[in-house]
Amino acid sequence: MSSASAAPASWDDLPGPPVTRAEYCVLACAEAWRDAGEVLASPMGTVPSIGARLARLTFSPDLLLTDGEALLIGDVPAVGERSEVTEGWLPHRRHLALVATGRRHVMMGASQIDRFGNQNISCVGTWSRPARQLLGVRGAPINTLNNPTSYWIPRHSPRSFVERVDMVCGVGYDRAAAAGPSATRYHRISEVISDLGVFDFATPDHRMRLRSLHPGVTVEQVREATGFELVVPSEVPSEMSPEALAKTSSQVPTEVSSKVPSGVPYTRKPTAAELRLIREVIDPHGLRDREVRTR
Amino acid sequence: MSDKTMTADEAVGRLASGMTIGIGGWGSRRKPMALIRALLRSELTDLTVVACGGPDVGLLAAAGKIRRLIAPFATLDSIPLEPHFRAARQNGTLEMTELDEAMFMWGLTAAGQRLPFMPVRAGLGSDVLRVNPQLRTVASPYEDGEELVAVPALRLDAALIHLHRADARGNGQYLGPDPYFDDLFCEAADSAYLSCERIVDSEELMSGGGPQTMLVKRPFVTGVVAAPNGAHFTACDPDYGRDEAFQTAYARAAADPEGWAVFVKRFLSGDEREYQSAVAAFHGAMGGDGV
Repeated sequence: MSSASAAPASWDDLPGPPVTRAEYCVLACAEAWRDAGEVLASPMGTVPSIGARLARLTFSPDLLLTDGEALLIGDVPAVGERSEVTEGWLPHRRHLALVATGRRHVMMGASQIDRFGNQNISCVGTWSRPARQLLGVRGAPINTLNNPTSYWIPRHSPRSFVERVDMVCGVGYDRAAAAGPSATRYHRISEVISDLGVFDFATPDHRMRLRSLHPGVTVEQVREATGFELVVPSEVPSEMSPEALAKTSSQVPTEVSSKVPSGVPYTRKPTAAELRLIREVIDPHGLRDREVRTR
Repeated sequence: MSDKTMTADEAVGRLASGMTIGIGGWGSRRKPMALIRALLRSELTDLTVVACGGPDVGLLAAAGKIRRLIAPFATLDSIPLEPHFRAARQNGTLEMTELDEAMFMWGLTAAGQRLPFMPVRAGLGSDVLRVNPQLRTVASPYEDGEELVAVPALRLDAALIHLHRADARGNGQYLGPDPYFDDLFCEAADSAYLSCERIVDSEELMSGGGPQTMLVKRPFVTGVVAAPNGAHFTACDPDYGRDEAFQTAYARAAADPEGWAVFVKRFLSGDEREYQSAVAAFHGAMGGDGV
């Protein structure tokens, strides 16, 4: 086990300034790749990139990382810095082929996401004549049907967490089920991480569930920022699978298992070693704070 | 021995309105911009463009050259959203067939392999099938019986690509880290036009990089165009990176009709030589490298 897994004597003994919201987000993103094994971590966005590198330097040393272009990197440079070691070649076409093998866990962005994890990055409004044209579907359909997919949404709001997405690019649980066994065979939406908390689909019907709140955030705040009805764990005690319960509790060191009245745990605090890696090694210029601000 | 060298205008002169044209590169990376600029100078219209879209799509859309776009995205990379593409979609002036990246790759591959379709998992459950009702699914004839998407071949009348080096016979070499789908575009097309930074003797290709850098083979190339700085303002690593200052100016100009008219007058009203001079003047006026 790496030193990052060992908790300091006191959780308030961490060096430097207090842990920021952006650092909780980095930690939560890193956790998405825990136990992922020898797979490619494909982070989109700054905070997921820092998270993937943190995971590789601590609890997931076997992860593969790219330079954001066509190379697999053998070292872990700071975000924005040049890699010195190359351990493989992964141009776009090989990347798409790798997706089909399932040996990848991607963390995509989402302009819209719904309660079953359907994601939209194509356009807002009617597809034939959108009110706002965005990127297009890109690789979201192949990603979601072939390898574990998580989402990172840096500003949680009713505009991003919506009742219905305008164009299903990344496929959610209900749509995959309706499309049949070929669609569900390798489909898994792992989790959604926002600037307010961590969410998963560990409910009987795969509706989005609040797994943890970032410290400083309330359940009420999350509810107000979400355009659909979220599952809150204390409300479904008997329906949760033992695996899901186990996962939740293992995410929260007992030293900080302080819970808000609803019973929702807080996102784990980074250890001193993890915090040092984030602040001094992976993101010394504080790019994480440009993507996430405490509100 | 055939000499396939020609000018960009000669290459475009062999195309016709209404054609389906594939454009290589990816986003704002190694786009055959000199050929695109020649297309903009031509009378051609009513095109179906097949591309992983960047400013090629934006410029052609702004000039009203595109009837239908077949693409998984359009982006300027360092500027996430392509302004002219957005405007064309939001004005309803662009018909579109939106495909997943993998569907796109396998569609080109099917066309090159003379197959009617390729089976892929991508697309199932997504709205790609809803917005493209012409897409069909196919059942595996084997025991698994899986239902998959049958991506139709993306057969092209012509392909336009830009590489780092080529010989006069049409053997093309890329020296950057990513081939994108450029060889697939050429194999999927009835004719292909390859612009390059430099035309070299065949012997020089091997000294420029290993054999695996020789991406495009001459049976799949109709014309070779010498176009130094011909991917500008998109990236053409390692010969040059993206011209971020110019791209920013492009995106700013695209934001309003007046600004765009000024941009077109300044950069796109002359030939390629005048374009490159105007770009040099743009950087000169900004004091050095323009950053």
